[in-house]
Amino acid sequence: MKQQIVVSGIGGQGVLFLTRVIAQVAVDQGIPVLTSESHGMAQRGGTVLSTLKIGNFAAPLIRTGQADVALFLWDANLPVHQPLMKEGGALFINSNTEGVGERIDASAIAREMGKAVLSNLVLLGRAVNSNALFCTEGQCLEAIEKLAPPKFVEQNLQAFQAGLRN
Amino acid sequence: MTTELLMGNDAIGRGLIEAGCQVAAAYPGTPSTEILQSVINRRDEAVDPLHVEWSVNEKIAFEVALAASYTGKRSAAVMKQVGLNVAADPFMRTAYLGVKGGMLTIVADDPGPHSSQNEQDTRLFCLQGRVPVLDPSSPAEAKAMVEPAFALSEKYEMNVVLRPTTRVCHSRQSVALTTPLGPDRKSEFVPDTGRFCATPAFLPGLHKALNAKLEQIAKEPDWQPKMVEGDGSNKGLALVASGIAYANLVDLLAELELTGTVDLYQVLMPYPLNPDFIDTLQNSYTKVLVLEETYPVIEMQLAHPGAAGKLSGAVPKEGELTPDVLYTALADFLGLERQQNEAVQARGQRPSLCPGCPHRAAFYSIKKTFPDGIFPSDIGCYTLGMNLEAVHTVHCMGACISQGAGFYQAYRQDGGATPTVVVTIGDSTFFHAGIPALINAVVQDARIIVVILDNATTAMTGGQPVPHMGIAAGGRKTKAIAIMPLVKAAGVEFIESCDPYHQARFEELLRKADEHTRHENGGVAVLIAKHGCLMDPAVRKAQEAAPVQITEDCLGCGQCVEIFECPALSMDKENETARVDGDRCHGCGTCIAVCPAQAIVEGGMI
Repeated sequence: MKQQIVVSGIGGQGVLFLTRVIAQVAVDQGIPVLTSESHGMAQRGGTVLSTLKIGNFAAPLIRTGQADVALFLWDANLPVHQPLMKEGGALFINSNTEGVGERIDASAIAREMGKAVLSNLVLLGRAVNSNALFCTEGQCLEAIEKLAPPKFVEQNLQAFQAGLRN
Repeated sequence: MTTELLMGNDAIGRGLIEAGCQVAAAYPGTPSTEILQSVINRRDEAVDPLHVEWSVNEKIAFEVALAASYTGKRSAAVMKQVGLNVAADPFMRTAYLGVKGGMLTIVADDPGPHSSQNEQDTRLFCLQGRVPVLDPSSPAEAKAMVEPAFALSEKYEMNVVLRPTTRVCHSRQSVALTTPLGPDRKSEFVPDTGRFCATPAFLPGLHKALNAKLEQIAKEPDWQPKMVEGDGSNKGLALVASGIAYANLVDLLAELELTGTVDLYQVLMPYPLNPDFIDTLQNSYTKVLVLEETYPVIEMQLAHPGAAGKLSGAVPKEGELTPDVLYTALADFLGLERQQNEAVQARGQRPSLCPGCPHRAAFYSIKKTFPDGIFPSDIGCYTLGMNLEAVHTVHCMGACISQGAGFYQAYRQDGGATPTVVVTIGDSTFFHAGIPALINAVVQDARIIVVILDNATTAMTGGQPVPHMGIAAGGRKTKAIAIMPLVKAAGVEFIESCDPYHQARFEELLRKADEHTRHENGGVAVLIAKHGCLMDPAVRKAQEAAPVQITEDCLGCGQCVEIFECPALSMDKENETARVDGDRCHGCGTCIAVCPAQAIVEGGMI
């Protein structure tokens, strides 16, 4: 099993947490995983890109045209990061407008739950529901429970499940 | 043995604990910061007593670790590449004088650069300083190198550098943990004045000994380039790579189904490079592709007539060796087709100060009060004040006050009116390198305004403690070194403090400060802009307010978006009005003063 995944957003949207959840599933399944993430100034409201390589890889970065799946938390990043996608790759976008890929207004759903930052897990739920990712619903629930701060576990699980249903 | 998903920096931190490191000192800086944070978080896993500290700057961190090593203990100094410039003085001398207990200097480089003022290569610094340097290609390898690096350091009594890069530091990988060692060493400093106080008379001898050691280290069997032999289908060709470039190359060869078709070398220790390895490449291969970040350190030492690399122009001389860049270099070397769709160069949304950031209010007031001012600034989140046109220079840690003084002196000697010079410096940077510069400005009678942006943390790197908070690494309580008496002791006679959220008051103080700098008996003026960082949940909670609202009076002039640049404000292009992103606005209200039509109003308390 080999899968290359892109997570794209802007600082403060929970790109890194979403990346860690997916990576944790791989670790729990005993699959090798490498991720890369942006830190420092890039996080101050600017564009943030994480990449994940699941399976037998040596380095975390993804070459143009090689990503199997992409999760966009910020649709304005599409022109910058969509070129990383393979032709026919699975594209999931948090957006309230029409356009390419499978779209879901994850921010609106998260806002209804009282916290806009939960849009990251709503989008993950949507992608898992489409069977685009290497992982299952149950495996993600387990990883979220493991990684979320105890106070917010319930809320995080609900956000993920809201994504599964929508 | 357990396996955990670890960030590269966390893996290195755990490696220090596993190796029995007892003193670790650092100054935060991306991409190195999480290394010491990891040691702090994992201190309970250490067998022996462990001292960790966020030092005031990198030179001090290095000297603290060095002295601990003189007592026989294992120690580490941690910094980013430009931090090594600050620590350069003791670093260069330590190469000659050596260490006792194992000492690692962990210097994280930032090819790209993603979050730095340059792309300098620590391996080249090590070549110049004659210090062995190790170049890990992954989080797991970086951790695995720590203990043997300490052993190497102890065998030769030399400081050894571990040089991870951004893509190693901030990658995550499943990493195997091993049981931490407890060397249980008691401090035992044996004075050796000829060595530890070496005067110039001793130095030629020490230099000679250093050169002899380097020759031996170059041949240490455990640190030789690792070879994966090809099947002979590319006879006479070799690939040589180090660090993350090696890992990227491995993936690229697999993707192109070329694994095992060409001889491939991974260089673990780029300096000192084994002369036998250099000979082997010279004698066995007509063409060698050298892939390394960021400078041609290996390529230079190889001096191979058929080398393709940065010196020959086959590999770009700057920037990260991303998989796309590597592909082109490899394709040219092996005679493959270049890729059809070139990588997109766009960068996406530029970084900006967070919604509600007190620095934004301070910068807006500074620019508004002194539209023709000169604004030297420094390294930190507040560098982003350039988006508000209130930052004109950013050089290196602490340079802003000295630069401000330099601007003043240059204008003053022309006679006539001098422009107002407003320097901005963060609280952490002030302690790091601002104090000597402030003293100098006072002594040289530089008439400048220094605004210390005090948000009570080192925000850019994720919130490490600063000396005036009374908290040390790991939350330990310590003495608080207040900024104001320090400024006073430096001879400054105008010192005021104000929350920049209170814009009218802040601007009034700026004008008063300007008067002071222009008064016959005046001098340097210091204004402390004091408001906590909003990344701190406690600060956010204490000022909880509803998002601001845009009324019908909005003219659609865009000033609040363009000039104030708060990420919570944007233009609604269809309706030609400003729009508030309720998810991001903290209701700080500092944008209210910006609107010429008074169309931004408070949202009312929740």
